[in-house]
Amino acid sequence: MKTRTKLPVTGATLALLATVGAHAEDGYDAPGDWPSPMAKHHVGTAVFDRLEYVFPDKEEETLVWDFEAWYGGDISRFYLKSEGENVQGDGAGAEFEALDLRYGHLIADFWELQGGIGYQGNVGTNDHPERFYGVIGLQGTAPYLIETSLDLKVSENGDAWVQLEAEHDVRLTQRLYLQPRAELVASGNDLEEFHMGSGLNSLNAGLRLRYEITRKIAPYVGAYWVKSYGSTADMARAHGEPTENTGLVAGIRVLF
Amino acid sequence: MTTKTTTGLSLSRRQLLQGGAALGFGAATLGLSPAWANPWGQSNTYPQGAVEGNDIALAIRRETLAINRRNTRPITINGTSPGPLIRLREGQDATLRVTNLLDEPTSIHWHGLILPPAVDGAPGISFAGIAPGETFTYRFPVMQNGTYWYHSHSGLQEQLGHAGPIVIDAAEREPFRFDREHVVMLTDWTFEEPATVFRNLKTAEGYYNFQERTITDFLADMRENGFRETARSRAMWARMRMSSRDIADVTGSTYTYLVNGQAPEQNWTALFKPGERLRLRFINGSAMTYFDVRIPGLKMTVVAADGQPVQPVPVDEFRIAVAETYDVIITPEAETAYTVFAESMDRSGFARATLAPRLGMEAEMPERRRISDRGMEAMGAHGGMDHSDMAGMDHSDMAGMDHSDMAGMDHSNMAGMDHSNMAGMDHSDMQDDTSPGASKGDLLPAGTAQPGSQYDQAGIGIDPDERRILVYRDLKAFRPWPDRREPEREMEIHLTGNMERYMWSFDGKKFSEVNGPIHFRKDERLRLVLVNDTMMEHPIHLHGMWMELENGAGELIPRKHTINVKPGERVSALITADAEGSWAFHCHLLYHMDAGMFRVVKVS
Repeated sequence: MKTRTKLPVTGATLALLATVGAHAEDGYDAPGDWPSPMAKHHVGTAVFDRLEYVFPDKEEETLVWDFEAWYGGDISRFYLKSEGENVQGDGAGAEFEALDLRYGHLIADFWELQGGIGYQGNVGTNDHPERFYGVIGLQGTAPYLIETSLDLKVSENGDAWVQLEAEHDVRLTQRLYLQPRAELVASGNDLEEFHMGSGLNSLNAGLRLRYEITRKIAPYVGAYWVKSYGSTADMARAHGEPTENTGLVAGIRVLF
Repeated sequence: MTTKTTTGLSLSRRQLLQGGAALGFGAATLGLSPAWANPWGQSNTYPQGAVEGNDIALAIRRETLAINRRNTRPITINGTSPGPLIRLREGQDATLRVTNLLDEPTSIHWHGLILPPAVDGAPGISFAGIAPGETFTYRFPVMQNGTYWYHSHSGLQEQLGHAGPIVIDAAEREPFRFDREHVVMLTDWTFEEPATVFRNLKTAEGYYNFQERTITDFLADMRENGFRETARSRAMWARMRMSSRDIADVTGSTYTYLVNGQAPEQNWTALFKPGERLRLRFINGSAMTYFDVRIPGLKMTVVAADGQPVQPVPVDEFRIAVAETYDVIITPEAETAYTVFAESMDRSGFARATLAPRLGMEAEMPERRRISDRGMEAMGAHGGMDHSDMAGMDHSDMAGMDHSDMAGMDHSNMAGMDHSNMAGMDHSDMQDDTSPGASKGDLLPAGTAQPGSQYDQAGIGIDPDERRILVYRDLKAFRPWPDRREPEREMEIHLTGNMERYMWSFDGKKFSEVNGPIHFRKDERLRLVLVNDTMMEHPIHLHGMWMELENGAGELIPRKHTINVKPGERVSALITADAEGSWAFHCHLLYHMDAGMFRVVKVS
């Protein structure tokens, strides 16, 4: 790689020596004011992987989003991730289940290790419990083309929990995709406030049928089944909430 | 050798006027087609529509033009895109004054021409590039003849049509005769901005591929081969997280394929008189597209490859990799029209022209072929592949593969499969070696085809039983090239990539990650071995020096400026490192190059 240094007038001599040295070391004999033969690229993108309206069999209808944006090079990237929901008609505001800022580094052809900080709580209101956490994540494509993300989160209070998401696209036509999807949450502690019990919390399995009008815009419909387990289920029962639910979703995937 | 003149915009009016004149001429004959695409062609008796002579002025602009009858903004050269035919004569001193009227730096690289580094036109390597408003004068002796082309070497400008053909007339009589000639320049045009295309490739794998396998293909294969075999084959691809339909990164879903700037519906027509011997100069000036070219009803005799004369090869079809050129002779006897049909390698589209005795005639278009699935050879390319998987694989469902060749992986003619022969399969060995070129004790004799080469195979999606296809094994120099030395040294370079992130590299390192150039010793005779570890084809181009393709042709070793390396293939070329200076060495797929499949070669 060619080193180019923009030199301030002061201290030019020292800097110039450094530049010359770098060029000699690199072995390119191109003068320093020439451009690099190949530009280095940073790119970015943003996607609402899910932006959907949920019609559960029990309880209220809900708006759900799952957003990810990244910017960076091939190996290292910065991520902004957000998942959340707004339960309709409960009088409360929208809730961030996760709002993460992460740094990701490619560690294998298909795998990226991520680390960062996150926030769970309110979107502009004061209706939901809050916490800050650190996150370590592994994101990538598993064999058999299964898009996978595994997050370990540890809160400021030392509570730890993991989230595993996996999805796979079955191509029915060049534009029509069937996507099975599963999400699993487990916790190390009982956290009444966040409706998390120690052990396996919940399993959510869904199936979505997506039509790509373009690569960027793809509406979908789907169905899901969700069940809570162990002490998480006990908490739900104590609150008079269902421990098992099914529902329909209608949404859109938007790639920017 | 070179002089660089910076002139104000006022001084470039002459170029502007010339550009206008060229455009005017084009408009008078064929609407907006370049002047050299005149239907009566170029010949010694009809020298028209080209820029030629000892002093040629070229003005580079971005302007509104119609492509396929839709207004868009290509980069033009003297008012047309692709640019004018530059016609030179072997032995002359060429002076080409290039004025940059863009608002960003530009350049012109004379692809395939042997010339001093300072006028090679690769910015950052051998010159600074041409700043906006500046005129750069390229001055060099023309020491060769044949069909070549020129294009921008700055950023992604080539995708905007910043390219054109070069024809160099021979000083002595060429070894074949013809009555009339036509340039057939193939390009791929997108109405998207090139930077958008690049971003789409980087952010969404398979963005342009609308020919992926679906459930329907699975069911069809199942009917043919049974569930077990189909499931086993598909599971293997899925396990590798790859698509067997990954044949072109950018496809007909965004590209309009052009012949001399004309879309298939516009049907650019070249004229002939029945019984004439026609020389067609095919140039693949595409950014990303390999084409399979045929003229149903006519045999084509290949007489030159990459501008260099070869022993005549009669063929029905040839694959032209990006940046290659082929000259063919045809002799249409009948008073009828013929279709020149150039299908993209992934079958997502085609370019088309017509040869006819009169304008307005048309021939039937051949039936289009379907996309093929990549088979074992691409699998073999994948370094992470483990052998037990391959042994357990059934090949019967690999459409488009020649089954007889597939019968066993231990066959030596499927050398790409034989891992024991592929010294380079071991990544850990290769990727750490930043200065490839450790010489080895026993070198193969000059001209010998490497184990692992597939010179007798046409490649993906072509059925050699259907018609006679040109393969690299067919290429034999018309007469031996002067340097007959054995190689003193061998240098092995791996073509590498990560499809998911759209990273492309040599030896696992992008250009931004390597330290310094690849070193050739001045005047050494070097064997360059290229090993393709990816599952895409790569057209590898070396500036400044010929690559003599070691295809087993003995003393008639052919020389090329661009060598296509198929997935899993191991090819080699002999190089006489006589061109002191720094040169570009890269994959000529534009977005692969831009993603990092690029090196500097320093000869000293």
